[in-house]
Amino acid sequence: MTAMQNVTLGAYYAVHLPEPDDFDFWRERARQLVQCDVPPDRVAWIEPGGTSDLFAQDGPSRGAQRLPLPPRDTVPVRASRRFLAVAKNAALHSDPERFALLYRLLWRLQANPRLMEDKSDPDVRRAEELDKNVRRDSHKMHAFVRFRLVESDEEEAGEHYVAWFEPDHHIVRANAGFFIRRFANMKWSILTPRGCLHWDTKVLSEGPPAERSDAPSGDPAEDLWRKYYASIFNPARLKVGAMLKEMPKKYWANMPEAALIPELVAGAQRRESQMVATGSRETLPPPETLDQVESGIAQCRLCPIGELCTRAVMGEGPRDAGLMIVGEQPGDQEDVEGRPFVGPAGQLLDRHLARAGIDRSAAYLTNAVKHFKFVPRIVQGGKRRLHQSPTAKEIDTCRWWLESERRLVQPKLVLALGASAARGLLGKTVSISKARGTPTTLEDGSELWITAHPSYLLRLDGDAAEQQAELFARDLAAVRSRMRELAA
Amino acid sequence: MGQLSTIEKLGILADAAKYDASCASSGTAKKNSLGGPKGRGGIGSTEGMGICHAYAPDGRCISLLKILLTNHCVFDCHYCINRKSSNVRRARFSPQEVADLTIAFYRRNYIEGLFLSSGIVKSSNHTMEQLVETARILREEYDFRGYIHLKTIPEADPELVYQAGLYADRVSINVELPTDSGLTRLAPDKSARQIEGAMAKTKADIVEAKDAKKRFRHAPRFAPAGQSTQMIVGADGASDADIVGKASRLYDGFRLRRVYYSAFSPIPDASAVLPLKRPPLIREHRLYQSDWLMRFYGYQPGEVMQAAGDDGMLPLDIDPKLAWALKFRDSFPLDVNRASREQLLRVPGLGVTAVNRIIAARRHHSLRLDDVARLTQSIAKVRPFICTTDWRPTLLTDRADLRRLLAPKQEQLELFAA
Repeated sequence: MTAMQNVTLGAYYAVHLPEPDDFDFWRERARQLVQCDVPPDRVAWIEPGGTSDLFAQDGPSRGAQRLPLPPRDTVPVRASRRFLAVAKNAALHSDPERFALLYRLLWRLQANPRLMEDKSDPDVRRAEELDKNVRRDSHKMHAFVRFRLVESDEEEAGEHYVAWFEPDHHIVRANAGFFIRRFANMKWSILTPRGCLHWDTKVLSEGPPAERSDAPSGDPAEDLWRKYYASIFNPARLKVGAMLKEMPKKYWANMPEAALIPELVAGAQRRESQMVATGSRETLPPPETLDQVESGIAQCRLCPIGELCTRAVMGEGPRDAGLMIVGEQPGDQEDVEGRPFVGPAGQLLDRHLARAGIDRSAAYLTNAVKHFKFVPRIVQGGKRRLHQSPTAKEIDTCRWWLESERRLVQPKLVLALGASAARGLLGKTVSISKARGTPTTLEDGSELWITAHPSYLLRLDGDAAEQQAELFARDLAAVRSRMRELAA
Repeated sequence: MGQLSTIEKLGILADAAKYDASCASSGTAKKNSLGGPKGRGGIGSTEGMGICHAYAPDGRCISLLKILLTNHCVFDCHYCINRKSSNVRRARFSPQEVADLTIAFYRRNYIEGLFLSSGIVKSSNHTMEQLVETARILREEYDFRGYIHLKTIPEADPELVYQAGLYADRVSINVELPTDSGLTRLAPDKSARQIEGAMAKTKADIVEAKDAKKRFRHAPRFAPAGQSTQMIVGADGASDADIVGKASRLYDGFRLRRVYYSAFSPIPDASAVLPLKRPPLIREHRLYQSDWLMRFYGYQPGEVMQAAGDDGMLPLDIDPKLAWALKFRDSFPLDVNRASREQLLRVPGLGVTAVNRIIAARRHHSLRLDDVARLTQSIAKVRPFICTTDWRPTLLTDRADLRRLLAPKQEQLELFAA
């Protein structure tokens, strides 16, 4: 008697699985079908509530035959150990094609027993992928189930711990053992949309799918847990990507501690930007006098500009000035003389200040960056130090000193000349053309006005120069009248 | 100072413990909570694999309740936030409070167990007694079978340290600093000899307990997850070569399961003896990579040190394995179809998994470059160091700028980042 005698040629078979995760049932039927030599394209595997494309055109049961009985002299069905290990997990996947895929693999294994070793085969790769997804889902279930205590009114009922969890795959029943082994003397229930588990310290029972509202909404221990979560986090190192990779957002809804994450991240970023601004001086106390600022900047080597061995140029002006004017950095002449705004740009500034009626000697003049950044060049036979713009990082590093000056002088109005100065004061980059003309209020209540740097005017010629000079003069005039208002 | 509430104490004592790098809960004996002496089951299980129950935004896994019993301390170690002269808020838990908290968290499936450490109060012995008492309450009164890691105190009575090993899955003693001179300078109350003496004793106890277990089924378990230690990187002048050398001596001498590196982070209220600058976090990462090379890739400590520069520091821009390969280019390219497992493990870009896959796959057919690409993470990194049936990196291994080609792209500083 051959296998074919029990099989109607060209017949289709439909196997209805009693449960979506019933691997043993699949294995029995699959073995029977392989023994009867039924090729994979003749079998449809149908989950509870599911239909199969194979019979879609003529209804789920029409055309499908009863399963044939295997002949008595059949050869045993072969499956490698690796296949069984993969299939057990892959059968729990939510992919509706999984049972068909596994049957196809089992079928092919009869001809090629080492098929599972061929990692480049699409079927093998897909099965391994399903296996991996299911293992990960199970692992996340072990990790992220959160029980909540329900205290019952009845004395003998005792404490009952209930969790709500939403797995991606049909893993609930397969993982009951883990929770029993772990919480043997505890009465617990795990509710999921794919079915429930209940353990009464002796017997496991299963229940129908549940909804989130069936689970308790809180637990007093969660405050303690959130406190722990917030305290064990080290804000000096922020790796949000690493966290998200292992704890994707889809799990957050059921984890009490996840509500804290946005706040913790924002707090750490604030701290981080402060640290960038202050370099690694978080352990040093901020300077208390302008003299301390002066000696501090002379020794400061926290950014590469400090290593150029130029001289630190301290701000200059009355220590209680109402107006603070901030430039970019000292230039060649400033570095030689050790005073701010004495070079060509400084002289142009002086002329504009005089025209606007602002007394330079009553203002405190300083720079966003305290050292001169340059590259040495041979220009026309002589050595020159060519100005280089500071980088955003260098400006941020130097902010610590500028902020100290501002805290000590306490000007009512700050005038930033150019983008570097604006960044030094705001900690972020703004566009001069957009920011000029309207003041911003700084954290300490003083007003920040932003305009171009006079060196910009020096670089222009023709109409553009005239136009910009006019804008600059208009900005200074606005500052002047605002000064009057503030003084009044 | 008024009475602190449990939640306030938890905040202070968890905050104080966050500088401990370890949070591992893996590699211990399998235990579960079914059955037991009273026949009604306990609570807790360990199944070999550690479980991370949450991740903090710093990317680190939260597996254990990691706290100090107290952050009061009579020692004055300069790198430690809890030193006597530090100006932090202090708090103290009783052993019962810690045990209750552990069980409350465990029952809700927040944690795998407890990692308990402590500042030294009154005396080393008193502190050690309190640590052991916490573990005893958990094991005996709660019948807790989850993971316990106890930090032991080298100055304490060896008998107390032995008790700790009977209750705990893992014990650890921190060597703190990679050099003895660093320890003398920064931790004046500690002695390198005493620390290593305590480690040697623990090692002997572990070996003895394992041996006894083989012969007597009911022999008591002693620290089945072994012992580990932690070193602070960047607080003293030790080079990476010093650190790698020290770590390998610890692994060999005391059979440690893990050496943890903790980049010294300028802690609030730091002492004036310390450097102001933090070491780059990447240095800690490179040290862990070199640790991996010694533990899983068959590198000798001397070979790892060859990857370091003349100043004894590992390069920060490339990983130590690539640095080694670039230094010893004459060992490459390797034929993936013939090279031994040990040789393949030296190819930058091939991990243990990839090597296993290559060895399994080449039994069936000889490998082409495409095949290798399918079995590895990034073929670009591997290509210059291997030959396949259809690939030979003719000139690539001789190129002077190979390092630049393979090093990860430097992040360019934005001129005006918003």
